[in-house]
Amino acid sequence: MTATTARAAATTEAPDAVCTVRGLRVALAAGDVDVVDGIDLTLRPGEVVGLVGESGSGKTTIGTALLGHARAGAVIDAGEVVVDGHEVLGLSDDDVRLLRGEHVAYMPQDPASALNPSIRIGRQIVELLELRGIDTPAGRLERARAGLAEVGLPDDDAFLDRYPHQLSGGQVQRVALAMAFLPRPKVLVLDEPTTGLDVTTQTLVLETMDRLCEAHGVAALYVTHDLAVIGTVADRVAVVYAGRIVELGRREQVFSAPTHPYTRALLDAIPHVSQARALAGIPGRTPQPGNRPSGCRFHDRCVFATDACATTEPVPVELDTDHWARCLRTDELGPWDIDLGRVPDAPPSVERDVVLAVEGLNVSYGRTQVVHDVSFDLARGECVALVGESGSGKTTISRAVGGLHRQWTGRIRFEDHELARSSRRRTGDDRRRIQYIFQNPYLSLNPRQTVGQLVRRPMELFGLARGSQATDRVVDLLDAVALGPAVLDLRTDRLSGGERQRVAIARALAAQPDVLVCDEITSALDVSVQGSIVELLDHLRTQRGIAMLFVTHNLALVRSIATRVDILSAGRLVESGPVVEVMEHPQQEYTRTLLAHTPRID
Amino acid sequence: MTARATAPATSGTARTALAPAADGAPAGGSSTASRRRSWQPRLVVGLAITAFVVLVAVVGPWLAPHGEHEITGDPYSTAGVLGTDYLGQDVLSRVLHGGLSVLVVALLSTVVGLVLGVLVGILAAYVGGWFDEVVMRLNDAVLAFPQILLTLLVLSTVAEPTMWLIVVLVGISHAPRVARVSRGVALGLTRRDFVTSAEALGESRLRIVVREVLPNMSGPLLAEAGLRLTYSIGMVAGIAFLGFSTDPGAADWGQMINENRLALLVQPWGVLAPVLMIGIFAVGTNLAADGIAQLTSKGGDR
Amino acid sequence: MTTVRTHDPAPAAGPPAGPPATTTSGSSSARRSPATAWTLWAARRVGLAALTLWLVSVLVFLATAALGDPVKAILGKEAATNLGRAEQIRQQLHLDESLWDRYWHWFGGLLRGDLGTSVANGLPVGELIGDRVVNSGVLVLIAAVVIIPVSFAVALLSARHRGRRLDHGIQLVVLTLAGLPEFVVGIVLVALFSTVVFHALPAVTISAGGEGPWTQPASMILPVVTLVLVVAPYVIRIMRSTLLDVLDSDYVELARLKGVPERVVLRRHALRNAVVPAIQVIGLQLAWLASGIVLVEYLFSYPGIGASLVDSVRNSDIPMVQTLAMIVAAVYVVVNLVADVLSILCTPRERTAISS
Repeated sequence: MTATTARAAATTEAPDAVCTVRGLRVALAAGDVDVVDGIDLTLRPGEVVGLVGESGSGKTTIGTALLGHARAGAVIDAGEVVVDGHEVLGLSDDDVRLLRGEHVAYMPQDPASALNPSIRIGRQIVELLELRGIDTPAGRLERARAGLAEVGLPDDDAFLDRYPHQLSGGQVQRVALAMAFLPRPKVLVLDEPTTGLDVTTQTLVLETMDRLCEAHGVAALYVTHDLAVIGTVADRVAVVYAGRIVELGRREQVFSAPTHPYTRALLDAIPHVSQARALAGIPGRTPQPGNRPSGCRFHDRCVFATDACATTEPVPVELDTDHWARCLRTDELGPWDIDLGRVPDAPPSVERDVVLAVEGLNVSYGRTQVVHDVSFDLARGECVALVGESGSGKTTISRAVGGLHRQWTGRIRFEDHELARSSRRRTGDDRRRIQYIFQNPYLSLNPRQTVGQLVRRPMELFGLARGSQATDRVVDLLDAVALGPAVLDLRTDRLSGGERQRVAIARALAAQPDVLVCDEITSALDVSVQGSIVELLDHLRTQRGIAMLFVTHNLALVRSIATRVDILSAGRLVESGPVVEVMEHPQQEYTRTLLAHTPRID
Repeated sequence: MTARATAPATSGTARTALAPAADGAPAGGSSTASRRRSWQPRLVVGLAITAFVVLVAVVGPWLAPHGEHEITGDPYSTAGVLGTDYLGQDVLSRVLHGGLSVLVVALLSTVVGLVLGVLVGILAAYVGGWFDEVVMRLNDAVLAFPQILLTLLVLSTVAEPTMWLIVVLVGISHAPRVARVSRGVALGLTRRDFVTSAEALGESRLRIVVREVLPNMSGPLLAEAGLRLTYSIGMVAGIAFLGFSTDPGAADWGQMINENRLALLVQPWGVLAPVLMIGIFAVGTNLAADGIAQLTSKGGDR
Repeated sequence: MTTVRTHDPAPAAGPPAGPPATTTSGSSSARRSPATAWTLWAARRVGLAALTLWLVSVLVFLATAALGDPVKAILGKEAATNLGRAEQIRQQLHLDESLWDRYWHWFGGLLRGDLGTSVANGLPVGELIGDRVVNSGVLVLIAAVVIIPVSFAVALLSARHRGRRLDHGIQLVVLTLAGLPEFVVGIVLVALFSTVVFHALPAVTISAGGEGPWTQPASMILPVVTLVLVVAPYVIRIMRSTLLDVLDSDYVELARLKGVPERVVLRRHALRNAVVPAIQVIGLQLAWLASGIVLVEYLFSYPGIGASLVDSVRNSDIPMVQTLAMIVAAVYVVVNLVADVLSILCTPRERTAISS
């Protein structure tokens, strides 16, 4: 492990750095298993450094280490973190607490649960100032008001008197932002602060953050899994894989000349709103702490790997000013072109053989109507995307189509007949031919059944196959979703999220459906896994001619997967048409706003 | 009046066996899986203690040096290992003879309570609507009775209680508590997508309950069963201790306490021996219940 | 270290779990003034409690009047021979009337405060139980006053030493005690402190006629300690796990990362949010005490309603049993109501849901 302590050759020691991390290592308290290792990083005033990685990569661990904090069960056991001239790691708990807030502040992952539910937000915002005895009560209140105004929130007493649950998602985020900025920190750590927000709200929060960082000269470390967001806000980007920073450089460098194979694979996996791409997943699983391979930690999933990669731990290689990658073969990889993954958009005008047509659909929950007069259709072998922000009614529509929600009026025509409202009233054949795949594979598969039982059941239920014939078909299906027969007798708790979603897809395919309704089926998954699921779906669609209704909030994803798109807002259809036309020449203001707020990489 | 989870000790079970992988990390499941397989000391120790007491009760009659009603000395004398009781019967022999009846009644009443409670709970959760409202309102009314009170009420008008009456009464007093817990667990499950998914496929309702819902309730229900058994033994013995016996004169741990309690000073073992057996059994079942609850909950050390 | 948050399938990610929260309460509630809303809410709470109590009265009546034959239960074998006495009892209990009439007769009396007369000694029930209610109340109150701070302290100690030896030790003791029936605890205490090992404390309560048992404090010690040992373990367990939940919460973590000192984190951020579950478990256990005293009072011959209930059941003194059962149930319902109301008042989310 000598290489880990070697300083990154290219980490230019900026004289004006406000935060320097050297050789940071965080390990599990229980043993010698590292969560992150050999982390070198500098932050300069006013700049935003994006720290991007998938789940289990250790990016949040790096973020909180800047505040001298490791989550329960982990310890920071090597390296140094200097924030604003103070060495953080050697300090006692009490002294570290004194640094926090005024020198280094933290913006939590999920402000909705991170604000104390039983304290009014006005009190929470000024809490730290109050504890440190900064300013008079009246002065603190003034600062709180100014802080709220700065993030674009009301600053009246009524607002200060609210409890966190009385705010909307975007408001909570901005209150947390105001709270973090109030003690005027020099360094700010933001931990996925916009995950789960709608794009318009996300833009607002990001812009606010950007403006405040610049205005107050704050250096920000922005931790996220979302490369597209990084591409929008970051000045420099650090890519984390399995507890290591594998590539670090200025944003343009990382996005236009990515060098580490992992960075390249990530960029290949993410969809772009500006072009259709053949998305490719990264094979294998992200290794968790304790299961990480020797040598280069990415070697077992890397297409460029040689034998040396498995044994030699790569040191950072300088590629350009401020740009380095931790790879043995930087010289041999050759250039990379983002347009290589580009594919033509789905042709806007082809002969369509409509299988499912929704006409004048109104859906209600109780006395509240949530979908108003929506019509669209779906052709054989076609993928139609249903897009909208939260509350737009997109999932509700898909549930009505799938027969999961029965309180609707209007008509849903399936080939030559109308569908009954609920699945129980539909014919067995209708139920078989329309299959629904749920958003969260952690909830949609019965944890008490094996993969074999799960996939086999639809065949038995619909009388498609039984006995050994059914077993053979289960094996075939698992093969089709790239899982292999090894998982046959496993329960789903042994599988990763992506693997579970594949099981769910295999179960849907077992019914030999003509229509697949996919409800945000990739939103709970990592981008590299999303890439491979999309790849799989596309393959199934073209091979089997299955029509897909693809519900999503992600416009970029739509460009890569769908032929047609229907944009929804507040339960009404705003715009619909072939993807390329809607994306390139949006007719409606709402569509234009959505597109404008969708983060782009180029 | 929402009388919350009746017995606080069940709160562990409220965190159900299959909390969604809230960690969201794709491989998060594997660590839960390994935790599930890990050795659970409370469960093992609890089961061992329970098994020991059951063994004593089952083979006791063969090991007893004297018969159940055999007079071996003067009342409250020190003859024999643990002395004699109020009639001069051998305490050790009485203890060895007197376990089975208590345990059987406790076990049967637990089974009655569980079956009734689970049935009501699942029905309420799965049918929902007004049925759920009415059932749970009635449930609340029964819950307002402390468990032993219900039994005492009925005993006040029944001159000679039979064993079955005790079984049914104790069972019924468990039922609303079990119903509340199983309704809660089932409600969480019926909202899960895998149940919705089975509905969408058109599975029969019975199959959904039996194949999709019930198997996922086994953890919390086992923990609840252990807990109910703990309370059953206390109530069954407690009723006998209060002097309401189904078979006066017979060796029975609860009854022995009542028979000999006035002589605690002179001959403590006549009371302490059965008390300790009941106590040990209750501790064992409670430990086992807690162990199961820990295994099936996500928390680990709660 | 979670990159991808599994979207909560409930409101945020579309409405599969139901419509947005605001619509469930009906659109009309939005327009009500806070005062009206609170009044309606209070009325609903009290109404539900009253409904529960009424259902309880039906159950009490059915359990005592419909199942067995009171005459036979009271007189035993005498019932067949002593016809005069049997007829007298029949008259007193209105056994000739229909079940329905008897119920209304009894229930009406209950509402008017007429609790009937004891079958055993012909005295009015109200007179017989007055002192006993006070005695039991004192016992429960003293126990509660001990239980609440003790449980709080032990739970806090355990949570702060989480996973360490002290925590394990506390958990072991608490778990063992939690399984024990109250009479087991009581008898072992008696054996330890007043008979076999030490002779320090009186084993039974002897109260001179008319005087409350608290005039002899020594005789109160064992009953109180028994109740504490039976109830406190539950409270401790729930409070410990609540505290751990709260200490693990995002807002406590944020408070720490914000730079708030640990003692302020504990006091302001953690304890404040642990109060509500604490109120609920304490309410539940106080309600349980109302019946827990049955066996304990009997064991220690404490002159309260519990011991009285056992005697009345044995004598089949049905009017007494009915009244005592109603008292115990009413305590349960009222304590629960108070705990519910308190916990709602202490939860901002619930509070604002009512007034808006």
